[in-house]
Amino acid sequence: MEITVNGTPLSARVPARRLLSDFLRHDLRLTGTHVGCEHGVCGACTILLEGKPVRGCLIFAVSVTGSAVTTVEGLVNNDGSLGIVQRAFHESHGLQCGFCTPGFITTIHAFLKENPHPTEEEAREAIAGNLCRCTGYQNIIKSVMRAAELIDSGVRDDH
Amino acid sequence: MTTKSFGEPILRKEDPRLVSGQGRYLDDLGHDALAAAFLRSPHASARILDIDVSDALDVPGLIGIYTYEDLEGRVAEPLPLLIPHPALLNGRTGYPLANEYVRHVGEAIVMVIAEDRYIAEDVVDLIRVSFEILKPVVGIENAKAAHNAVHSSVPNNVSAHSVKEVGDARAMIKSAPHKLLLDLFIERSACSPLEGKGVYAIWEEDSQELRLWSSTQTSTGVRAAVAAKLDLPLQKVECIAPDVGGGFGVKIMHPWPEEVLIPWAARKLNRPVKWSEDRREHFISSAHERAQEHHIEVGFDEEGRILGLDVTFFHDNGAYTPYGIIIPLITSTQLLGPYKPASYRVEFTSLFTNTVLVIPYRGAGRPQGVFAMERTVDAIAKYLKLDRTVVRERNFIQPHEMPYDLGLIFQDGRPLEYDSGDFPASMAMLKKMVGWDDFETMRSEYAAQGRKIGIGIACYVEGTGVGPYEGGFVQVETSGRINVATGLTSQGQGHQTVFAQIVADELGVPIEDVFVTTGDTRRFPYAVGTFASRAAVMSGNAIALAARQVRDKALRLAGEALECDPQDLEIVDGIIRVKGDHSKSIALKTVAVLSNPLRYAFDESAKAATQFAVGDTSKPPVPEDQEPGLEGKDYYSPMASTFANGMHAVIIEILPETAEVKILRYVVVHDCGRVINPMIVEGQIHGGVAQGVAGALYERMAYDESGQLQNASFMDFLMPYSTEIPTVEAGHLETPSPLNPLGIKGAGEAGVIPGSAVFASAIEDAEGFEIRRMPISPSELWELRRTMKENA
Repeated sequence: MEITVNGTPLSARVPARRLLSDFLRHDLRLTGTHVGCEHGVCGACTILLEGKPVRGCLIFAVSVTGSAVTTVEGLVNNDGSLGIVQRAFHESHGLQCGFCTPGFITTIHAFLKENPHPTEEEAREAIAGNLCRCTGYQNIIKSVMRAAELIDSGVRDDH
Repeated sequence: MTTKSFGEPILRKEDPRLVSGQGRYLDDLGHDALAAAFLRSPHASARILDIDVSDALDVPGLIGIYTYEDLEGRVAEPLPLLIPHPALLNGRTGYPLANEYVRHVGEAIVMVIAEDRYIAEDVVDLIRVSFEILKPVVGIENAKAAHNAVHSSVPNNVSAHSVKEVGDARAMIKSAPHKLLLDLFIERSACSPLEGKGVYAIWEEDSQELRLWSSTQTSTGVRAAVAAKLDLPLQKVECIAPDVGGGFGVKIMHPWPEEVLIPWAARKLNRPVKWSEDRREHFISSAHERAQEHHIEVGFDEEGRILGLDVTFFHDNGAYTPYGIIIPLITSTQLLGPYKPASYRVEFTSLFTNTVLVIPYRGAGRPQGVFAMERTVDAIAKYLKLDRTVVRERNFIQPHEMPYDLGLIFQDGRPLEYDSGDFPASMAMLKKMVGWDDFETMRSEYAAQGRKIGIGIACYVEGTGVGPYEGGFVQVETSGRINVATGLTSQGQGHQTVFAQIVADELGVPIEDVFVTTGDTRRFPYAVGTFASRAAVMSGNAIALAARQVRDKALRLAGEALECDPQDLEIVDGIIRVKGDHSKSIALKTVAVLSNPLRYAFDESAKAATQFAVGDTSKPPVPEDQEPGLEGKDYYSPMASTFANGMHAVIIEILPETAEVKILRYVVVHDCGRVINPMIVEGQIHGGVAQGVAGALYERMAYDESGQLQNASFMDFLMPYSTEIPTVEAGHLETPSPLNPLGIKGAGEAGVIPGSAVFASAIEDAEGFEIRRMPISPSELWELRRTMKENA
């Protein structure tokens, strides 16, 4: 299969049944994408496929051949600084154990591309497909609002 | 001037790594390790007749198949009973792999090791086990009836029985002007961290050493247990908790069967082996908590003062009791909350059932106790037609009565004595924040629009920071980097930040220079673990004490170097200087150089410490009572637990058609003593409240009569999303604990504790009829409404 991951094109040979999440985590060693339920409910494995959030645990790696995939690692700025949503999570205490966080960050990154000025209710709806057991979501919603603020203030984000 | 960081909302040091995908959780390690998968029992109670592996043996990539018969030495013995107790008459534990009998769906029977997890699971599917299916015991009622036995050697399915009395409650109830009876029930839920359990082990054949990583809340506990099981010297085993994706109690249990089996297999095969739990495994083979049935008799006077409280309850401990009976012990002691009934009797019976074992889940027996107590207080208020807060206030322990001895023994084996708290002040704060006194106006406004709302209230006291001890290590490197280590583990509490805050303040260094390691036995081998809201209290104080040692040593050495009295020195931003005369100063990192006299200069800073550069030739380079290096180690071991407390109020609306509960406001008043980092404490409260809401309105373990867990997935176990969890309004009241140097109390579990109690209170207030079982779903509430209407 041919695939572009975080901007880098590569080719790989994978068994037909290998999940995209396992391919990213164990073959490419991009372990930022986490697996929390393996049945598409928790959203921890959410990656961006051509910019759209999808569950990495519900797709076979081979089925995305020819596509571009972005993981949480790929949302870091080119100079190594945190991307806007990542920075917003840090500033808003949007994470505790951090296990679900990559799935939220990819989801919110895509959401803010569509709606850069969300209301708090829209922010709450936007993250309603991801489970977090630590934060009670309050500071994740705050992180969404903070990220929107950072976008508005012209803070650098390469992605 | 160094900015004081204790008490400040310092952003977390762990975040940049975790938000950029650079965390290292268990399954992020060991990509080339062999993988384990388990065949688990599909039956709740059965005898294993045969295990047929013949179809599985030819699968390419298979390394090994192991059953109980293959286990060796102490690995084949029952798993340890971690917390024995005199009331635990019939404690039972399982085996790493089932030995003839299985006692719950999910119990491990066969371990398969293969080149990768896909192959291991293929092999599991090809193994055929034949069973003689036995009749299971599911639920407290069936356990009590004891028509079937979970363990043939345990009569009546009773593992433990305890009676405790303070005064003669039964006589007091008899002679009381008023009495009430209540039956109260709470259903099971589970910790459900987003990351399940996992173990990864490497055996070093050359040095005969074992290194293992576990997604655990106690790496020292796992290390000791594995060393004992594998018959290895403790020195030959190291255990590391990597980044852990949530714990909430389930990962304090140890050793899990897999924590014994994976290291055993790694040594046997001389290959690294890893197992990562999947979600279904977590549901059926980890642990649950909460199921209890309580019968209450209470006698009280005209004013609502409780004269006698008699509580009898039954606890469902699942199939085994490896963690002892900590949960009912906590319920029985913490049930009293902020109140002082004139007499108290509590009796509990702990029962075996053919279900997943029960160990603490955040709150650990307190949510049930608070539910029981708070329903009782609400019932008294209703009976006497008094405001619910008034009855509470009349029964409160008063601030001037602190420390208050409740006459019981707490879970740590020490007297249950509250050290601090101001309950009337907390109540006043809560009432003001939620608008308690104006609620009737709000109710009528909503009623005018045809909407039904209710307000609930619940109070709790939580024993935190239980012993026996934790330790701290602080070291100043010659680069100025400060290394800090403590043995307990982290699962998202921000320890790398809060412990760094403590050290930064104690030592007078920038927080950026402080690096904290937790849960790594190579760095700090003496520890207990992270549970019972104890990390900040225990390790926080130990680290503070260790930092004070380092400070004392640094000032003494600096005093010698600057030829002045250490008393006249201060440390600011990593520079030791004379107070009031900043021209005389020396960097802390230079003192670190001086503290370690050297023969060899390996870099510029080391040159200053070589034998021709420093030293009073009339003394040995390291004075007799000194050690080289600028470091300190100390331990904190408390006389008793410190007691945090809080009160929650919730305003809900119940939809007329669907009986759906909508949360309009959720208000928390919380007292955890001195707060190290308010941002992190609030985060803990938010997360706790979310689990409280979950346990009150959504989550339960739906076992059918044959012991099958019918909702063992995130599709069916209704863990709330953002759309179900309210915005929490939190107020802090600080009554410092007099028991520890920093004056702090634990905060980790607080948010979850009054969940079921506060929602039951609010639903009852809105609907007018009694709520006696939690959690409650819209369909159950709708049905209650219907039967109430019919009966009326």
